[in-house]
Amino acid sequence: MNDEATRAYSYFPGCSVTATNRAYDISTRSVAGALGVELAELDDWNCCGATAYLPIREKRSFVLSARNLAIAEKQGRELATICNACYVVLRKTNKHLAEDPKLHEEVCQALAAGGMDYGGTVRVRHFLDIVVNDLGEEAIRSHVTRDLSGLKVACYSGCQLSRPFDDLDDPEYPELMGRLIGWLGAEAVPFPMSAKCCGGLAMTTRPEIGQTLTGKILKVAKQAGADCVTTCCPLCQINLEGYQGAVGAAIGADCSIPVLYFTQLMGSAFGLGQKELALKDSLTPVKALLAEKVGT
Amino acid sequence: MTTAKAEELSRELLENVYELPHGEKINECIQCGTCSASCPSIAAMEYGPREIVASLRAGMLDRVLNSNTVWLCVSCYSCTIRCPAGIPFADVMYELKRLEVEKGLSKDSEGATMAKAFVETVDDHGRSVETKLLRKYFLRTNPFKALPQVPLAMKLFFRGRLEIFGRKIKGLENLHKMLAAIEENETK
Ligand code: SF4
Ligand code: SF4
Ligand code: SF4
Repeated sequence: MNDEATRAYSYFPGCSVTATNRAYDISTRSVAGALGVELAELDDWNCCGATAYLPIREKRSFVLSARNLAIAEKQGRELATICNACYVVLRKTNKHLAEDPKLHEEVCQALAAGGMDYGGTVRVRHFLDIVVNDLGEEAIRSHVTRDLSGLKVACYSGCQLSRPFDDLDDPEYPELMGRLIGWLGAEAVPFPMSAKCCGGLAMTTRPEIGQTLTGKILKVAKQAGADCVTTCCPLCQINLEGYQGAVGAAIGADCSIPVLYFTQLMGSAFGLGQKELALKDSLTPVKALLAEKVGT
Repeated sequence: MTTAKAEELSRELLENVYELPHGEKINECIQCGTCSASCPSIAAMEYGPREIVASLRAGMLDRVLNSNTVWLCVSCYSCTIRCPAGIPFADVMYELKRLEVEKGLSKDSEGATMAKAFVETVDDHGRSVETKLLRKYFLRTNPFKALPQVPLAMKLFFRGRLEIFGRKIKGLENLHKMLAAIEENETK
């Protein structure tokens, strides 16, 4: 493994963290800075297409992803993402292009019309994966300056993180984030809902479905005795933090619990300030929780 | 709908499914129902994943595409990771969604309206802009359904979390050229 100071990745923030969920982007950059990891934002990246572009125009969605991968390939580094949907879609594009030479050729011809080319060599990584597997326990522990002991955390990975590829984490009972939370000094409570779907866009298109799915996740987190839920995806985050009142009413249970990004919790263990972690953006009482338990 | 139409739908679907990695495994479905039991949207679907395969085999795919089913899929991949036959069912759902849109069978579906609004927004900006996306979506469905979103929108607004004017990427013109080029030999 390389020296910490030389770790550098291309970075694909993704559309949903430019405004609504910018706290994730801000806290990720702060944490990376503290860890000495360079995240170089991909120049003029475009939307990866996410789960909503695929069902309308599949090949166009491959072109969208491939343009980003082409830009990353020029930079010659692995591509870090922080959104589960981006992570899956970019990897899916890589896989389809690798398994289908004809498709790869068509996509390359399309890229060429805009002066680009993609050879297929970029490895796509989730920032959670980078932190746990590239940096590892020792590096993380050595940066912890604030005591998180006594803080109980329900780690929510979301449904797509290790699906369908099944190679990053257990697709049913993920443990990557729990390990990280343990290194920070907090306690990851047993949380069987970690990979159950929050409903995604159904929260908007079919609220009754979205509310039931998100409701179960929040209810079980509370039952498990968690003080908060951590997420690693901006879409999961907005569903879990944004509708707690309506969700609680829909399922007839108390669903109010602070929800924050794993990067915000990391930063708080590393002694970073509220501003660097964009805590004021939270829709749940994250600031109060961290002030009480951690002293952030 | 006539039987001929149903057969044509099945044929078109299978052609597309066979092009997917491991798509041919759909023929090995043993009708165990693991997919349906794992599906978070099953309660609202008229036909669950297992019944979709059964309908396909019975030449009755039209009833699935005329129902509320496929756009309720939230792409969680639970069916895919658990299927004992290795069928990538979440991807089959994507194929069904595409087929439904192509055949004009998804007019009333909220999910399809959302997906189309998303595609337009991304095509306009090179990125997704949530405020524009939601405006398009609610204007085309039921604007009053936007009302429950207002408290959240206000909270986001006061925290400066709403992007009102979407920025466009610099390479938008080149991106459009790329999309036009793939469109030329697009088959599905
Ligand atoms: S849990 Fe929700 S937001 Fe997260 S990946 Fe699944 S559908 Fe998307
Ligand atoms: S889980 Fe697989 S084999 Fe079982 S019914 Fe579903 S598609 Fe068929
Ligand atoms: S991917 Fe779709 S069909 Fe499969 S389990 Fe999830 S919601 Fe159901």
